[in-house]
Amino acid sequence: MARQLMKGNVAIAEAALRAGLEAYFGYPITPQTELLEYLAQRMPELGRVFLQAESEIAAINMVYGAACAGARTMTSSSGPGMSLMQEGLSYIAGSDIPAVVVDVMRGGPGLGNIQPSQSDYFQVTRSAGHGDYHPIVLAPGSVQEAVDLTVLAFDLADHYRHLVILAADGLIGQMMEPCELPPMRPLPSSKPDYALTGAKDRPARRIASLYLKPEDGEAHNRKIQARLAQIRESEQRSVEHFTEDADFLVIGYGSAGRIAYSAVEAARAQGLRAGLFRPISLYPFPDIRLSQLLAQVEGCLVVEMNAGQMLEDVRLAAGHDLPVAFYGRMGGMVPTTEDVLSALKSAYSEFVAESAPVVGKVKG
Amino acid sequence: MSPIPMVPPAMEPVYQHPLALADVHTTYCPGCTHGIAHRLIAEAIDELGLRERAILVAPVGCAVFSYEYFNMDGCEAPHGRAPAMATGIKRCQPDQIVMTYQGDGDLASIGIGEAIHAASRAEPITIIFVNNAIYGMTGGQMAPTTLAGQKTTSSPAGRAIPIPGQPLHISELLAGLPGSAYVVRRSLHDAANIRKAKKAIVTALKVQMAGLGFSLVELLSSCPTNWGMTPPQALDWIKTNMLPIYPVGDYKIVEAAKQL
Repeated sequence: MARQLMKGNVAIAEAALRAGLEAYFGYPITPQTELLEYLAQRMPELGRVFLQAESEIAAINMVYGAACAGARTMTSSSGPGMSLMQEGLSYIAGSDIPAVVVDVMRGGPGLGNIQPSQSDYFQVTRSAGHGDYHPIVLAPGSVQEAVDLTVLAFDLADHYRHLVILAADGLIGQMMEPCELPPMRPLPSSKPDYALTGAKDRPARRIASLYLKPEDGEAHNRKIQARLAQIRESEQRSVEHFTEDADFLVIGYGSAGRIAYSAVEAARAQGLRAGLFRPISLYPFPDIRLSQLLAQVEGCLVVEMNAGQMLEDVRLAAGHDLPVAFYGRMGGMVPTTEDVLSALKSAYSEFVAESAPVVGKVKG
Repeated sequence: MSPIPMVPPAMEPVYQHPLALADVHTTYCPGCTHGIAHRLIAEAIDELGLRERAILVAPVGCAVFSYEYFNMDGCEAPHGRAPAMATGIKRCQPDQIVMTYQGDGDLASIGIGEAIHAASRAEPITIIFVNNAIYGMTGGQMAPTTLAGQKTTSSPAGRAIPIPGQPLHISELLAGLPGSAYVVRRSLHDAANIRKAKKAIVTALKVQMAGLGFSLVELLSSCPTNWGMTPPQALDWIKTNMLPIYPVGDYKIVEAAKQL
């Protein structure tokens, strides 16, 4: 299929319906609204379900209902709306059913603003609701990647019967880039075996997250944790550049990872052996590969559009010995390549032994 | 299921366990009217032949386990969100029959937004709204439907109107929305009223089957445990104290529903 110029939010919406989205429920919030608007047009054209809910709380519970009915279902939002969805997300996670949520992240906390940010990293990776679980979280760094990861999000949700969040920062949602869309998939001809379709010729089915006896509650939690262990083992995703001979690593995801790429490229041109590691899956955090890379470098720099959230995951992967520097912008500010390059050079000169200034050193 | 006893050919069973009602012990207190409400729903489902296409959305509250008490597909919603969940189910399967079962804390307090918007959208779902004027499961706190002066654990001196305001009348409120097709209030305090309640549940389900819009049956119910009464005293309390404030009646029946 030919590449076409598309806005991130629209590309995600089109990719979702091509991946088999059967029912969308959402509520307007900047910077994701084009996603809802686009599906308002396209879903009815295809004879599929589109409903603008009265709130994000209702939207996520409509998604919960649609997922119980066995439909491929999705909602989308941004920070304040994601906060309202926490309860529903937790119930979905506690019911072992699949759903996809797109979070086009904006500046926070509170009403914050509508500028791009990555301030929801904690919220989406840690649990996105009460209780012991993590959603699978995917972070695109381009419109094309947003398209590809949207399709992957539905496949992972179905495969694991698990909640998947596409965490796109506002830049990805709002920018226009050429991208190639996936082919239109046919919708499934049958419903999954957990779907509430009416107890015809089979025993009644129940979907709930309620376990009154603590023994049952723990057994259910163990099941979720076993699934998460498998997800951690099988679903770590990342891309890397210039890492082969790197003695310093820059780590960033989404738009920050992309800006960091330009900074690393510029550093290379200046003779610094810097590499870039860009996590694609924020949960599971790609610590298997990151730990290998961190073992070969003398220091690293984490770049985020927040006050340092993934930073904690990098520190866990780095252990006590490796120095970890951080450069972040907050409240909707987007770092420039020059900002990141400057932070990179400063950390590089501090951490990488060979780069220590020779001026002033006395021989012999 | 309980085996249905063999009946000699000349005799006709007049009372048996409804197929739609699961043969399980419930978590309800003795003397509470949830059991009656469940039985009426199950009988209605059986009579209309809906068991194999019905999906029940349970609330948070005493009826939290109600999805276990019916022999049909069911799920359990977050507190107050059953109408939104039911909307998701119904929109994906318009031919199935989708019901919610909600108490007054669930529907009238935390979930009133979802209930109003489901009615406003003329969502073709059926809500069984159990109004016993108190929070049961958490141990007897004041609900939006608690009567003026009624003592609860969170209004120990009695509901003082200047503080939490007047009791909320859900049937009257939802009947005022253009999307509602059938909104009635019935009571479970005596046999005659129970029969009327059953008939209303059947009609509400027929309204959904006919695609006429949103339907709700409010059932005035007792909570002997949290009201601090014996079951008979509690039934009498419905009659004496609740009925004057929450009169039984037909608050909205669209023309097409009158033909059902």
